[in-house]
Amino acid sequence: MKILVCISNVPDTTSKINFTDGDTKFDANGVQFVINPNDEFGLTRAMWFKEKQGATVHVATVGEASTEPTIRKALAIGADEAIRINAIPTDGFFVAQHLAEVVKNGSYDIVIAGRESIDYNGGMVPGIMAAMLDFNFVNSCISLEVDGNNATAIREIDGGKETLSTSLPLIIGGQKGLVQESDLKIPNMRGIMMARQKKLNVIEPIDASPATLDTKFEKPAPKGAVKLIDSSNIDELIDLLHNEAKAI
Amino acid sequence: MKPDIFEAPDYYHLDDLLSEEHKLVRDAARQWVKRDISPIIEEYAQKAEFPKQIIKGLAEIGAFGPYIPTKYGGAGLDYISYGLIMQEIERGDSGVRSTASVQSSLVMYPIFAYGSEEQRKKYLPKLASGEFMGCFGLTEPNHGSNPSGMETKFKDMGDHYLLNGAKLWISNSPFADVAVVWAKNEEGRIHGLIIERGMEGFSTPETHNKWSLRASATGELIFDNVKVPKENLLPNKNGLGAPLGCLDSARYGISWGAIGAAMDCYDTALRYAKERIQFGKPIAATQLQQKKLAEMITEITKAQLLTFRLGQLKNEGRATTAQISMAKRNNVDMALNIAREARQVLGAMGITGEYSIMRHMMNLESVITYEGTHDIHLLITGADITGHSAFK
Repeated sequence: MKILVCISNVPDTTSKINFTDGDTKFDANGVQFVINPNDEFGLTRAMWFKEKQGATVHVATVGEASTEPTIRKALAIGADEAIRINAIPTDGFFVAQHLAEVVKNGSYDIVIAGRESIDYNGGMVPGIMAAMLDFNFVNSCISLEVDGNNATAIREIDGGKETLSTSLPLIIGGQKGLVQESDLKIPNMRGIMMARQKKLNVIEPIDASPATLDTKFEKPAPKGAVKLIDSSNIDELIDLLHNEAKAI
Repeated sequence: MKPDIFEAPDYYHLDDLLSEEHKLVRDAARQWVKRDISPIIEEYAQKAEFPKQIIKGLAEIGAFGPYIPTKYGGAGLDYISYGLIMQEIERGDSGVRSTASVQSSLVMYPIFAYGSEEQRKKYLPKLASGEFMGCFGLTEPNHGSNPSGMETKFKDMGDHYLLNGAKLWISNSPFADVAVVWAKNEEGRIHGLIIERGMEGFSTPETHNKWSLRASATGELIFDNVKVPKENLLPNKNGLGAPLGCLDSARYGISWGAIGAAMDCYDTALRYAKERIQFGKPIAATQLQQKKLAEMITEITKAQLLTFRLGQLKNEGRATTAQISMAKRNNVDMALNIAREARQVLGAMGITGEYSIMRHMMNLESVITYEGTHDIHLLITGADITGHSAFK
């Protein structure tokens, strides 16, 4: 079983977000980057397949050299090999085209991508890849079992779960549930030392163009002042919610 | 205990000077401390108990002998990585860092640097994995700052040595499997001996009622006619320089560790000051609190630069004892002052176990005393720059 885990390099959730160039570019200055959490759940599940079912696990990311610490961490966690496509990940379509190319050349049985990345919340990459590669696709996947060529996946749906039977090759859009938060791995010293010897292949981008371009970013409006209403004054609360906040 | 939302200050972008691997090692240790230390440490400190369950995790993040070569089970990392690991662990608790420092610098280092190949192979892999825990016996009841006056001694009995004496203030002693003990031979020359738990006449009573390093076990080492096999003597170095060489390594780690404790106190105080409203505004908006916080970040930044440069020198094998003394003295004092100031920022809340500050402060009272007191380190610098020793 050969698994490709697609890794997105995203700002840590505690980062302060700013924009430059007239609010058209994200300001990466002083921002800590991490493995996209949804991808990390997928990577951890892939490590489970490696340990229990002998899978080979590769990781891939589209990004410049500055993303290497993130994929090196994936190697330290236990991935066997890494691939970095040397390009700025302009949009989901652009990223999916490049990752699909990696999948074509690497004959993977399973591709695990995060359901969405926490930076731009695109959520397109695994779906577009599945269409381009003609792979089976399960999005919002919270459980994955593989038996030979068959797979059982559970998908989170509104108010419940849906169990699906499918076959390889398969792409999933993974999220929390594939493993629990407590299962996430901290790279240990042995892993960090072994990561030194592992291959990190840098490949040049193919001739692909994005489908969308960022023209402007805006931050949410700052929070307004809090209005405190006495608990006995329900009428005023309803009046404010109705007439001022227009929430009811 | 509140969730650990620590954010490390890096005012001068020191991260830019670190390698990718340094950051990977540091971040792994930081993540481990958040997951495995922060949620439990207050409880263990309150009940004055060492959390033994963390030993495996300490070994996994490379806290035991990170600079020991891989063929002996170490991680083969450089000294900046060692420093960063100590910084992160002490950010959690000085007591836990003490356990790691002792294992790495005071047990593994002398066995590696002064031990025979057989001793290295026998002990180092087990110490690196945490299967064996070690302690270091130098200080005695009557000989703290003046270890050369030690009274513990051993006699050559032909096929073995006979060891007698006592050591005090020994971190890890109550549960250690092995002890590296310094004692004088019949000619009064100091040698290192590896003592194993279970040897007849060897006991390790625990020291109780400490107000400091409560989550770390401290005790005595008592040798009452202990028969020590001759192959347990460290053959490759003797004299006071041998134990002092270990202390260089440990003090180096402490100079980084203290920054961790200071960063935690600063981060806590800064966050609290921004949230705590008095007189209709956050106390962070008042000049007196800003003075405290601004001085804290200034001192932390200076300490970070000091240790980074010291790390480079250590990697090149050029860091002197006096340079290490300066960093240990400066950084521990800095951390203790920051802990005291940070406690004031938090007002009454600062004295509770809800926050880590008072625990750090009490821990640092030990750290400023052990591994060379604050005063002794000053005299080391004084002797180094003037050429006159003022110890006696």
